[in-house]
Amino acid sequence: MRFWLPLEDISDAIRGRVGGKAAAMATLARDDIRIPRTYCIPIEAYRAFTQQNSLAEKIHLELHRKDLADMRWEEMWDASHRIRGLFQKTRFPPDLANSLTEGIESAFGEEPVAVRSSGLGEDAARASFAGVHDSYLDIRGAESILMHVRLVWASLWSDAALLYRSELGLELHTGAMAVLVQEFIPGNVSGVVFSQNPMDPGSGVIEAVSGLNRGLVDGTEAPDRWFWDRSGGLPVPAHPPSTGRSLLTPSQLIAVKALAEQVEAIFGRPQDTEWTYRKRTLFTLQSRPITTLEQTPDRKDKAWQLSLRRSFENLEGLAARIEKEIIPKIILEAEVLHGQSLSGLADSELNREIRRRRSIHRKWKDVYWDVLIPFAHGVRLFGRMYNDVLHPEDPYEFVELLRPDSMESLKRNQLLHRMTELLPDRTMDSGKREPTNWEALSPEFLKLWEEYHRLYANLPGADDQDPDYRARLLDFLIRLKNSPQRRERRPGAGRRGGETRFLEAFPGSERKNARRLLDLARFSYRLRDDDNIYLGRIESELQRALSIAGRRLSKRWDGISLPLPIDDVLHALEDPGYRPRENRTRSAAKTQIRAKPRQIKGQPAGQGLSSGKARVIHNQQDLFAFRNSEVLVCDAIEPNMTFVVPLAAAIVERRGGMLIHGAIIAREYGIPCVTGIPDLLKLVKTGDPLTVDGYLGIVVFNRN
Amino acid sequence: MKPSPERLIRRLLQSQKLAVLGTHEKGLPYANLVAFVAAEDLEHILLATARYTRKYTNLKANPHVSLLIDNRENLDTDFHAGMAVTALGRAEELQGEERNRNLKIYQDHHPYLEEFVKSPSFSLFRVKVQTYYLVTEFQNVTSLKMGS
Repeated sequence: MRFWLPLEDISDAIRGRVGGKAAAMATLARDDIRIPRTYCIPIEAYRAFTQQNSLAEKIHLELHRKDLADMRWEEMWDASHRIRGLFQKTRFPPDLANSLTEGIESAFGEEPVAVRSSGLGEDAARASFAGVHDSYLDIRGAESILMHVRLVWASLWSDAALLYRSELGLELHTGAMAVLVQEFIPGNVSGVVFSQNPMDPGSGVIEAVSGLNRGLVDGTEAPDRWFWDRSGGLPVPAHPPSTGRSLLTPSQLIAVKALAEQVEAIFGRPQDTEWTYRKRTLFTLQSRPITTLEQTPDRKDKAWQLSLRRSFENLEGLAARIEKEIIPKIILEAEVLHGQSLSGLADSELNREIRRRRSIHRKWKDVYWDVLIPFAHGVRLFGRMYNDVLHPEDPYEFVELLRPDSMESLKRNQLLHRMTELLPDRTMDSGKREPTNWEALSPEFLKLWEEYHRLYANLPGADDQDPDYRARLLDFLIRLKNSPQRRERRPGAGRRGGETRFLEAFPGSERKNARRLLDLARFSYRLRDDDNIYLGRIESELQRALSIAGRRLSKRWDGISLPLPIDDVLHALEDPGYRPRENRTRSAAKTQIRAKPRQIKGQPAGQGLSSGKARVIHNQQDLFAFRNSEVLVCDAIEPNMTFVVPLAAAIVERRGGMLIHGAIIAREYGIPCVTGIPDLLKLVKTGDPLTVDGYLGIVVFNRN
Repeated sequence: MKPSPERLIRRLLQSQKLAVLGTHEKGLPYANLVAFVAAEDLEHILLATARYTRKYTNLKANPHVSLLIDNRENLDTDFHAGMAVTALGRAEELQGEERNRNLKIYQDHHPYLEEFVKSPSFSLFRVKVQTYYLVTEFQNVTSLKMGS
């Protein structure tokens, strides 16, 4: 049969149809290594499937939204997520489905199987693709096996696979994948064996975990490890066994080592071999050449990105730490800093205080990168699970379920709203300056003003002792008050129904875990915005010290523009004779563009279609100048900027992703959002009339 | 026997995915590539566009259009073997049930455009063709008037 090959039919001549892993398994079987019963679904099946409904072209359209090299990891994840949704939705062509169903049923019936990838480049000397593509264990029945075959195919386009191929300079946009369907071996002890240690060519390594290999391959479970000397010697433990008892007996260790040597001899080069013991029988699950490229140092950044893929257990542990430890500590630290009076400090003391605050800020910023950013993966984990069980039409339907009852940026917007209600009606004409306006304000208003500055105002230059700043903020509040079409937050309608539908997709025994995942994802989603607001409070305390210093220094130097760069401030506080070089203000060095954009493609991140004039945000002044029904255009929206969103017609952002702050807040207010346009700030000027298509991720420059 | 002009046109229209659409822009010509579908009886041609495009504005302001469909391969042989059809007609934006019915036809022809045409920002137009001009063997031109 063309689409279902028994291993005996696989020779080296058809390696290009079955992929490296299948070819290696066939070789092992010929050499009498014990392997599970294995069949291969060759790449013709992938091709037949992706030609159906033009899936291949849809994948191209998705990946050509922008140059992959310009994509952030998040955007790659989004593209992969949408492609995975396409695979889940696309039906099998009938002849392919019949042929595979027949093959599966006669080979396995209702027996459990493992469904594994067998990629075309997988055995290349440079690229082992270890752990890049998906495998699924313990799957039963033709229907479920076929669904998992699709998921293995889709993993050809996973973020990890795209990153891997782009790093190795392999072809990105074309590809096909073969799949192995294997008898599932419920092993008692499993692991991998490297016939040659990638870190030390003189030795070999055995790694083992209890039960199945899943955790070991994902890197989420720490294995027990043994080394042996390649020039002769028995495997010796690298450390005392984690369970207190060795997972492998001495004779099993010798058998695994012997297997590694035998497999290396068969292929003629060092191998990374996956094995499992079912009772006393040793099975080889797969084998691939060891490549050294995986260990080169320039993979460090990407390794960090891939480390964002955390397991559920790992994320749950993080959640507890974040909620009980990290957030309370940040808030406490911010409050202590807020309680300190700074105006009486001598210059040298102020210098020390700024340095201290900067290092506190840096400390929390590190925590933000190390803990809070990886925690956002909870949202993605949930999204994947949601789509696996419900196969929704829109791959981002799940986000609706995660929208929080409240979040800090929305509380802040409500606070600003309350402030506008306390503004006197007639006396406050927009554009008037202090002091007249200031004195007309009620004590209730001033209380909220203080609260706003304590909790939220962390934009550079947000110094409520500065009359210009105060006038700008007041101006903005008046505009907010007078805007008839000010947007309200979209109600979370239909959420409950969606929640029930999600939970009921799981059998009773698993529903509790589904609930836990949902709770985790909700916290992860809310925190994605909230953590910046909390961190912002620390930042704002640093700003407060800098503002005081700035005011002192501006008296010393005439005509200097505030805010000053922090290094200038520190320098000047130490050295009364220091004077910064002039023209420090950021010059808007815009390149001259002859070709004018008319329509640009980004990523859809919030549904809707609307038009308005662009307001390009470079600094705080631009934000306060925001007018009703303008389109918010900026490099990267931070939650401390989203107070203007109730006035905005749409949001457009250079940074890409479906789960970034701009997208989160746009969904709350039901306005279109497009993200991921690389040259956005060069292309758009304040005042340009734009149409933003949040359904398709397109920004149009209208004619005047 | 040589195929009739009607058959040649039908064959060409069914073999191609893209047409050049000519519209009016304040009295000046404007041209675009569009994905199209022609009806079996050649009476109508369907095309889709987002509502914020120039061609959408043009079509709404003046529904008279031309469409060029050809099978050129950018080879010397195009000059004797190439075929081109120019269609002239009037475009109408479809709504409601009629839109849904025709959208299905359009989508079946261009499945890779599914995400686009389904989006609320897209609009579907039906061109009622009045005349076809068929050009074969470089210089043979035949016109085909459609019933009104």
